[in-house]
Amino acid sequence: MHIVACVKQTPKSDNVKIDPQTGCLIRSGAASDINPFDEYALEEAVTLKEQLGGTVSVITMGPPQAEAVLKDSIARGADAAYQLGDMAFAGSDTWSTSYALSKGIEKIAAQNPVDLVICGKQTNDSDTGHIGPQISAWLGWPNAAFVKKVVKAGEKSVVVERLTEDGTDVLEIPYPCVLSVVKEINKPRVKSPKGRILAKRAQVTKWTADDVGADKSKLGIKNCPTNVVKSFVPKREVCAVTVEGANGKEKAAKLVELLKENKYI
Amino acid sequence: MDYAINELEQEVLNATRELAQKKLKPLRAEMDAKEEFSYEMLEEYRKSGMFGLWLPEEYGGLGGGITCLAMAFEELSRVCAGLALTPGTTALGAIPMYLAATKEQRERWCYDLASGKKLWAFALTEPEAGSDATALKTTAIKDGDFYVVNGTKHFISTGKEADFYTVAVNTNPARGARGISLLVIEKGTPGFTFGKKEQKMGIRTNPTYELIFENVRVPKENLLGSEGRGLLYLQETLDYSRPGVAAQAVGIAQGALDETIPYLRTRKQFGQPIITFQALAHKVAELAAKTEAGRALVYSITHRMDAEFLPAVKEALKNGTSVHDELKKIKGGRWTKYSAEAKLFCSNTAMEVADECVTLCGGIAYTREFPLEKYMRDAKITQIYEGTVHIQKNEIATALIKEYASQGE
Repeated sequence: MHIVACVKQTPKSDNVKIDPQTGCLIRSGAASDINPFDEYALEEAVTLKEQLGGTVSVITMGPPQAEAVLKDSIARGADAAYQLGDMAFAGSDTWSTSYALSKGIEKIAAQNPVDLVICGKQTNDSDTGHIGPQISAWLGWPNAAFVKKVVKAGEKSVVVERLTEDGTDVLEIPYPCVLSVVKEINKPRVKSPKGRILAKRAQVTKWTADDVGADKSKLGIKNCPTNVVKSFVPKREVCAVTVEGANGKEKAAKLVELLKENKYI
Repeated sequence: MDYAINELEQEVLNATRELAQKKLKPLRAEMDAKEEFSYEMLEEYRKSGMFGLWLPEEYGGLGGGITCLAMAFEELSRVCAGLALTPGTTALGAIPMYLAATKEQRERWCYDLASGKKLWAFALTEPEAGSDATALKTTAIKDGDFYVVNGTKHFISTGKEADFYTVAVNTNPARGARGISLLVIEKGTPGFTFGKKEQKMGIRTNPTYELIFENVRVPKENLLGSEGRGLLYLQETLDYSRPGVAAQAVGIAQGALDETIPYLRTRKQFGQPIITFQALAHKVAELAAKTEAGRALVYSITHRMDAEFLPAVKEALKNGTSVHDELKKIKGGRWTKYSAEAKLFCSNTAMEVADECVTLCGGIAYTREFPLEKYMRDAKITQIYEGTVHIQKNEIATALIKEYASQGE
């Protein structure tokens, strides 16, 4: 079985800041790590490999420093790593990014056919949840999003449970297909000593837009259909009222008055 | 401080630190309170390759030695000495096998040992034999292709959870101590059952059981080395494993300091952080110095051990011989004195540090909301298992007497 896990380097969850001028995330200087949701995707890929045998490849699109998440992924059990890096990709929205990733996956599949692509359900920096389903659309492969359990990975298809608002869907999907997973699916492992050593030695394959045969008119900030008009940190308005009084009885009476005044009761 | 560790050892250190913080820490209080073995942590250990650190890559291990094993045990024990025992006691149970095993036995057992698929335990102590191993009463009488084992072992760490037990038995009771041999007995062998589970002061997440053998037929292929040489293998095992207990003790001491110093920095009395009182600051300094001295002793010894152990392993794999025989060929040193010194010093240090840390922090540290009382309970075992502090003193004194006697009058 050949599984591709998609990973992204994002600012650490507790460290997301927005530039008030441009409305974009401030990425420079911020501590970054693997997108937390992608840890579950990678863990599921590695667990399936351990059960069924095969290979796990990881792919990311990002600037040179994003190589770190690929090495981290090797330390957690991935076998091969691919990085899409090109100025042509800069500023891409999810439509462009998923297109680039799908071209990368096609190239990986040309070398070794891919059965499964696994993504995290969303990223912690842009929160869209688009990438998994969009990759499947570009590739023309079936997709299941919000997967909370892989029930059985068989010879020709995979059976998964998908989290829905009012319950669970059980789906059987033929390979090759794309899954995006939620955090309920597993508990990601930490980097093993052996993995850390392999990661140090690992060679990351680096591809440009031309290397994966991507159409540049679909890439980058100028060509993607999304315009970020504004991002902002919502203002937190505190509208608490403290009810003063000599004792509980007095306070309670004032509170009732206040509630009546505002027509809450 | 950096003890001139190599790349492999550094990565073991980095990985076990991360594992301890992210996986062990959230579980320790709950599992200690429940006094239950953690299967969740077992799975994490397997995924991180914690069982194979000291085993060669040929069997799926990492290719490290005694230093890697000790470092991992220190770092895990720094967070929870109880849960650290899952890989710890497996190593203890498997070391005698690994030393004495033939090529066939190694191939039979080492793959599942390195992956953590099968856990091991060490069974020496009996109701009437502990410090005096020669007094053991469990017998294994040859009957064709089998040994028939009868007897009881007790205080066996990771009892019931382990799959293989390296059991000290007497195959020739008429010969007394010279009849002692080691047998590997698999859980599930008819007649092999578990007796009572001990209720312990510390290391509560690790189950301690009594093992009962009633006419248990063990295939002769499970004998380690040759009959009657059990005591020799046991001594060799303890020589290698006692620095591990010492490392665990260093971890407990360090962990107690890790909990104590931040508290002393934030706790204010008389209008100032209490660590600024010299009496307390000096006590902390003393404890830290002793802890570091223990660590320095442990890794000085394990590095010297690895300088013999790793080449012996390499030769054993190449020649299809036992590690024990290869160690003999290179005239490997006897580590008994140094191992005992490390265990004596570090276990006493752990107990002192844990005890003093509880006093330094005061009332809060006496409650179970704060982890220090657990460190104090856990520290105690390091002064007891694998030879009490008194037995370590015996070992050291015996070695010293021999050394000076050999220098002549």
